[in-house]
Amino acid sequence: MIQLVASLLAITLRAGTSLMYATIGEIYTERSGILNLGIEGMMLMSAVTSFATVYYTGNLFLSILVAMLVGGTLASLHAFLSVTMRANQVVSGLSITLFGSGMASFLGQRLGPESNSGYLVGLVGSKFEPIAIPVFSLMPIFGAVFNQDILTYIVYVLLPVSWFYLYKTRDGLNLRSVGENPQTADAMGIDVGKVRYMYTIFGGMLVGIGGAHLSLSYAPGWTENITGGRGWIVIALVIFSMWNPARAIWGAILFGGINAVQFRLQASGTTIPASYLNMLPYLATVFVLVVLTWWEALSKRIGAPSALAKSYMREEK
Amino acid sequence: MEKKTPILEMKGITKRFPNVVANEQVDLELYPGEVLALLGENGAGKSCLMNVLAGLYRADEGEIFIQGKRVEINSPRDAMLLGIGMVHQNFMLVDTMTVAENIILGLSDLPFVPDMGTVSKRIRELSERYNLQVDPESHIWQLSVGEQQRVEILKLIYRGAEILILDEPTAVLTPQESKQLNRIIHQMTREGKSAIFITHKMEEVIAFSDWVRVLHKGRLVTVKKTSQTNPQELARLMVGRDVLFRLEKKDRNLGGVALELKDVQAVDDKGLPALNGISLIIRSGEILGIAGVAGNGQKQLVEVLTGLRKTTGGKIRIFGEEKSNKSPLEIINTGVSHIPADRIARGIAGDMSVANNLAMKCYRKPPLAKKGILHPKRILDLANRMIELFHIHTPTPHTHAKFLSGGNIQKTILAREIDACRGLLIAAYPSRGLDVGATEFVRNQMIAQSESGTAILLISEDLEELLTVADKIAVLFEGHIMGIFRSNEADTERLGMMMTGMKEGIGELRD
Amino acid sequence: MRIVFEKRKTLSRKAIFLVPLFSFFISLLLTAILLAIFKTNPFITYAAMFQGAFGSWPNFTETLVKAIPLMLAGLGVLIAFRLKFWNIGAEGQLAFGGIAATWVALFWSSFLASWMVLPTAILVGMLAGALWAGIPALLKVRLKVDEVLTTLMLNYVAILFAEHLYYGPWRDPKGFGFPGTPPFPEFAWLPRIAGRAHLGLVFAIVLALVIWFILNRTRLGFELEVIGNNPSAAQTQGIKIAKNIMIALLVAGALSGLAGVCEVTGISRRLQQGLSIGYGYTAIIVAWLAQLNPIAAIFVAVLIAALLVGGDQVQMMMGLPAAMGLVMQGMLLFPMLAGALFTEYKIRLIRPRTSGSLV
Repeated sequence: MIQLVASLLAITLRAGTSLMYATIGEIYTERSGILNLGIEGMMLMSAVTSFATVYYTGNLFLSILVAMLVGGTLASLHAFLSVTMRANQVVSGLSITLFGSGMASFLGQRLGPESNSGYLVGLVGSKFEPIAIPVFSLMPIFGAVFNQDILTYIVYVLLPVSWFYLYKTRDGLNLRSVGENPQTADAMGIDVGKVRYMYTIFGGMLVGIGGAHLSLSYAPGWTENITGGRGWIVIALVIFSMWNPARAIWGAILFGGINAVQFRLQASGTTIPASYLNMLPYLATVFVLVVLTWWEALSKRIGAPSALAKSYMREEK
Repeated sequence: MEKKTPILEMKGITKRFPNVVANEQVDLELYPGEVLALLGENGAGKSCLMNVLAGLYRADEGEIFIQGKRVEINSPRDAMLLGIGMVHQNFMLVDTMTVAENIILGLSDLPFVPDMGTVSKRIRELSERYNLQVDPESHIWQLSVGEQQRVEILKLIYRGAEILILDEPTAVLTPQESKQLNRIIHQMTREGKSAIFITHKMEEVIAFSDWVRVLHKGRLVTVKKTSQTNPQELARLMVGRDVLFRLEKKDRNLGGVALELKDVQAVDDKGLPALNGISLIIRSGEILGIAGVAGNGQKQLVEVLTGLRKTTGGKIRIFGEEKSNKSPLEIINTGVSHIPADRIARGIAGDMSVANNLAMKCYRKPPLAKKGILHPKRILDLANRMIELFHIHTPTPHTHAKFLSGGNIQKTILAREIDACRGLLIAAYPSRGLDVGATEFVRNQMIAQSESGTAILLISEDLEELLTVADKIAVLFEGHIMGIFRSNEADTERLGMMMTGMKEGIGELRD
Repeated sequence: MRIVFEKRKTLSRKAIFLVPLFSFFISLLLTAILLAIFKTNPFITYAAMFQGAFGSWPNFTETLVKAIPLMLAGLGVLIAFRLKFWNIGAEGQLAFGGIAATWVALFWSSFLASWMVLPTAILVGMLAGALWAGIPALLKVRLKVDEVLTTLMLNYVAILFAEHLYYGPWRDPKGFGFPGTPPFPEFAWLPRIAGRAHLGLVFAIVLALVIWFILNRTRLGFELEVIGNNPSAAQTQGIKIAKNIMIALLVAGALSGLAGVCEVTGISRRLQQGLSIGYGYTAIIVAWLAQLNPIAAIFVAVLIAALLVGGDQVQMMMGLPAAMGLVMQGMLLFPMLAGALFTEYKIRLIRPRTSGSLV
């Protein structure tokens, strides 16, 4: 039993890491009032480019940088369209997903070596290996927490740091005000457009790392559609964590855990329909959303940034 | 009275907008530790002048001096650095954040990790000192409007404001909260700060201020020491000395009762009482004007009459039938038309054609529609007829309404509502913001309608309009009818007094 | 110098016309550059794509096959978008429609006359789509729950449900483990009219005309337009907002549901993996590119389908990734999105600190 829980936890964390990066990234973006539905495309693009980088250079650090650059660039396109050009954020985000998944698939068949006729599929490159932390990794059950790769360790730090940044620092305060009430933020001398650009791009970079974790650690290598819809799950996770980075871990564990349990169930040959299990997080998200909205109407407490997906323009007098 | 140096001087401020001069050669002086009241009707240029001071507008002409030194104010930030802060009518607060967070939001010299403990302590000190009780840790959404206003004031004091501008601060407050605000302002002036506040309410001028400046149509009319003037004088100055032109109206035989309100009560969006027992009667062919400063229940009165708001008591009868709390559609079907106060927000659909906007009331019925199917040719015919009849200047009937000028948008609404009207017209500020020609057109249309037997409820801030157009005038103040006059017997001074809440035993006229 | 957007006095007809045109050329140019980088001749590629999509009758019918679901779901999306109801749930509504139609086709034939099975499947499928759109609509109208997120989540529920069915209880016992239901009986097949292009094309075209008529010529359409434009004005004029939103979304869901019905009864003739290859999302693009005009949506759907089919074609003929089509769509959309602003705004350069100007 203990062994089972331990292995579930290990799989959950491995599966959850990329989700957590992308979720934290999207939380930053949405907190500034920008809804980015392009995550799926951004993750695919950074997964393919970071894998290509590591294949040719063997340098994992460099490939993470490339992933961040790619994620950030696509996000800046979204920021340009939705902030400067005031385009419909839903359509803009979908376009990025469309373009990103197409482009990733294209690159996957063109960035590979001549010997593999340009394909990246089936190649092996370096990958992030688990680093066992002495003593801790030997703990019963929770040992798995301390036997992960470096990216997972970084995300352990990123969760509380992001929470602190958002709720305890000056810049976090400014960021939240822009997503909640851009008019007020503007009146208080905060540059709404600049903040939205900054956090959309920063969020994109984190999403990029999330994509890279897939091709460099979770499922090393490149396969078509390596994300398997994770980009959309992230949208749900953001709601599920009620836009609070500290809570991102619970959503990631829920989604990652369901993956893990399912894995187990299949292995043990039970017939509980896996699809119902998979549906659960989405239904839970709808439920959370309904409760949140209802609760918000009552008390206005926490929840979605009020100005989410609304473009802001100062009154032209 | 010894001569002090003013902390603030504005000289010869002129501000022009396309087609309008909002301020013309206005001077202003403010002395440390004193309160200046800016008095005037809507559109007199008070807010504009203060927006110049707060850095939201730039004056076309004129100079500003702070403690004798000439300054340039180009942004709210500049104003803040000079110690000028403004509390706007709609508060600039983030609901989901705490009081302390709101107060330090956007401060330029804030450390990366603000020590909220120190911030809260400082806020507590300031609130103690200025009598501005509010808990720095509570969230804005938990606070009452009065408390939110205190947060706005604290925000300014925290940033070192020496001159506070309050734009109609009591408009959103309960009487008790207003009294408390008065105490706060006096506490602040005792501490050496100065305040300018914009108002329409005479009582407050007397209670709050040391000096009063009256603006009328963008010009400074007078400067008085508050102790050396009286409400009557101020009311006359505020309304203006212009001799009123009284339009000769044909004698009409008034018909039956079109609209009857009996002790109608309603609350505003925040749940505060807005109508406190309104009783009115309008007969067919009669125009009843509602005088009063905006925010005294006009909005709620219109909304209960058009089905957009529920009453909390009393009865509304339209053509003798009980119509309290009916849906807008039911009320439209009884023949009531409505010219809304906010014509862009409620009156038109900007991205629809002028023709469709004109059809927006009668599209349901023949001849424009039959069994749910529209007849575009007839809609177009109707539109062309209206455009000609009401002189609507539009490139084509297919032009989107949002591209029309304000006056033509209003003519579009007027045309639609008058055409569809079957006996009762509710018109809220129909000529607000229109140029002279359009204003006259709108007024004549209303008179013509009443002559053909329509009952009209006309809400206006413009006394001249009420005196020329309406047969009777009721004055609305804080949700009460202060009095009803025949317009040919009313005089502006008494109206002005009542609009600002002074009742002073004027004989009321009953139908 | 500062760049500001200045509102135009009227809608710029020039911009309405020029922006898509420019966008199309920019998209061709950018993709050409991309191809050139990877040492592929863009002209040959474009020719091959065109050939693949329109070059022959069979190719054209394949383009239509992909266009049909885009047309139907696109119509559904545009009705919702006209109300500013951001329905991105067409994918789920389509899937649910397909599931319901499968249910009828596989299990109702025992008590329905065979000629009635197909019409019933269509009807039930449309109802299912309507239901799937009705849930978020009701949540929006009653509780003001954000529709972007609910519609998106429900997509997954529907798709996973379909997956569950064809992997589980409805799996074809004779399918050698292939994820799919048994084939439908022949009387539940949607007749094909040309190649694999089926009757759905007629439905789509007729419905586009009907919807155009409803939107532009009926009381309902008029009310929907006012609500989408200015809900406060609608309320003032006595238009019932909640009721109209519900009607519109039920219709929208029914249309996407019909797209699903057509896919299962007209193309695969069973419920199987790959029921929708993102048609529901692409339909949003179709609706938006068509500027929410139902007639235009028919043509845009064909264009987008041509990019998809052309992409497949260059894969077969030139070994280029089929994803080319998606890349080109993206490249077309970005300039379109950026350019949409110019129909209402123009760009003006302002020198800083001109004295006497407004701040």
